[in-house]
Amino acid sequence: MALMKPVRPVGIVGYGAYVPRYRLASNEIGDLWTDGNAITPVKQKSVPGLDEDVATMSIEAARNAMHRSSGVAADKLGTVWVGSESHPYAVKPTSTIVAEALGATPHTLAADWQFACKAGTEALQAAIGFVGSGMSEYALAIGMDAAQGRPGDALEYTAGAGGAAYLVGPAEGAIAEFEGSVSYVTDTPDFWRRQNERFPEHGGRFTGEPAYFHHITSAARELLEQTHLQPADFTYVVFHQPNAKFPLKVGEDLGFRRSQIEPGLLVNEIGNTYAGSSMIGLTAVLDIAAPGDRILLVSFGSGAGSDAFAIRMKKTVDHHGTPTTSDYVKRSVMINYATYSRFKENYKLN
Amino acid sequence: MEVARFWRTTGQRYQLTGEICPNCGNKIFPPRDVCPTCEHEAKTAYTFSGKGEVYSYSTIHAAPEGFEKYVPYTVALVRLQEGPLITAQLTDVDTHEVKVGMPVEMVTRVLREDGERGMLVYGYKFRPAVASPR
Repeated sequence: MALMKPVRPVGIVGYGAYVPRYRLASNEIGDLWTDGNAITPVKQKSVPGLDEDVATMSIEAARNAMHRSSGVAADKLGTVWVGSESHPYAVKPTSTIVAEALGATPHTLAADWQFACKAGTEALQAAIGFVGSGMSEYALAIGMDAAQGRPGDALEYTAGAGGAAYLVGPAEGAIAEFEGSVSYVTDTPDFWRRQNERFPEHGGRFTGEPAYFHHITSAARELLEQTHLQPADFTYVVFHQPNAKFPLKVGEDLGFRRSQIEPGLLVNEIGNTYAGSSMIGLTAVLDIAAPGDRILLVSFGSGAGSDAFAIRMKKTVDHHGTPTTSDYVKRSVMINYATYSRFKENYKLN
Repeated sequence: MEVARFWRTTGQRYQLTGEICPNCGNKIFPPRDVCPTCEHEAKTAYTFSGKGEVYSYSTIHAAPEGFEKYVPYTVALVRLQEGPLITAQLTDVDTHEVKVGMPVEMVTRVLREDGERGMLVYGYKFRPAVASPR
């Protein structure tokens, strides 16, 4: 068993991105904690404002996805699924807040998903199954995070905020069609956050070879083999983006050129948006792809696993005035470390 | 904000859902079940577009309890495209950038939280539009 394909053809009917407007440059962090001696993994990262969390960011991305869908009504959503590792509540679903804000309640399956950085794509896999089996006409799958990094830790340079929402529906009339997908998981403890802990722990160099690289290459190779496709058959490829180096390296290992990877590579501008990372890389590509273009999407989530999808563009996207991924990426306001600390609520006011 | 009151008003706070008067067509926000113009019963739900412009504003430096962390922030009277004038906090904008007549759009954000253990209260705020229609 490897290739997953629904009984009826399924596609992306609408999609939407979201990135907060604040950015923190890596050298702000490096200057503070290493006297400027850090080798920074990205140029800058996105930072959520004081009134933003995974619920508010998911609402905006989901509204954008609905706007692009040319008139799918919110009460037709069979699911409202939010994948994240930074849900605002420990107990109380983010998805019901999002469903209520969209007007999708009460007859919908709202649920929160959790699998480190691949919580979004596992919701997407399930959404394909949900629509593909005929259980509902439309399913909404969101990957969104406001990632946490311990001050001074390597993750602080990259832990960003943002993500994307996908409205999955029948392939007929869709923007793009899913040609097949693969999931690949093992019990690999490369990164975790225990209950009630504020910041995650990670295995340092262990997060690379046996975790990120093994799972992504295994999932991607299986998908290529099962679909009888070659790297050259894809116009674009999007990998999970924990830093600027890993996606380029894994792409090279798999036989992809930089020109296939770079259009969906946002990590240098917005950081690692965890469950939103590969999901928003895909929205950047959908914004520019042409009918007939083939896209490979491969996520990675610590703990560990990858979902790989072969996607074929069916038509040029009509944005209906909805902001593109690039609109959000460019809407940047640089902040210093003091403001960043304030936004992270590290100062005690009372 | 107590839980019941919070729950009763989610529609208007999350989606900007008001009412439309079946008699004179007046669009009403917040919902009040009676048209303030013609006094006809008005219970038909109407979701506003969320587009509007700043009618007037004030910058808050001494915030009430629960809003201290946001200072300085701007509270505005926003004239919705459909007519009603509503009060809301502005977000994603520096206080010195706010101008009367500035086009704004509705976003759903955290309004406040009831302490560390209480619930998170979400609702509408307004911000300058992200993208111009293309």
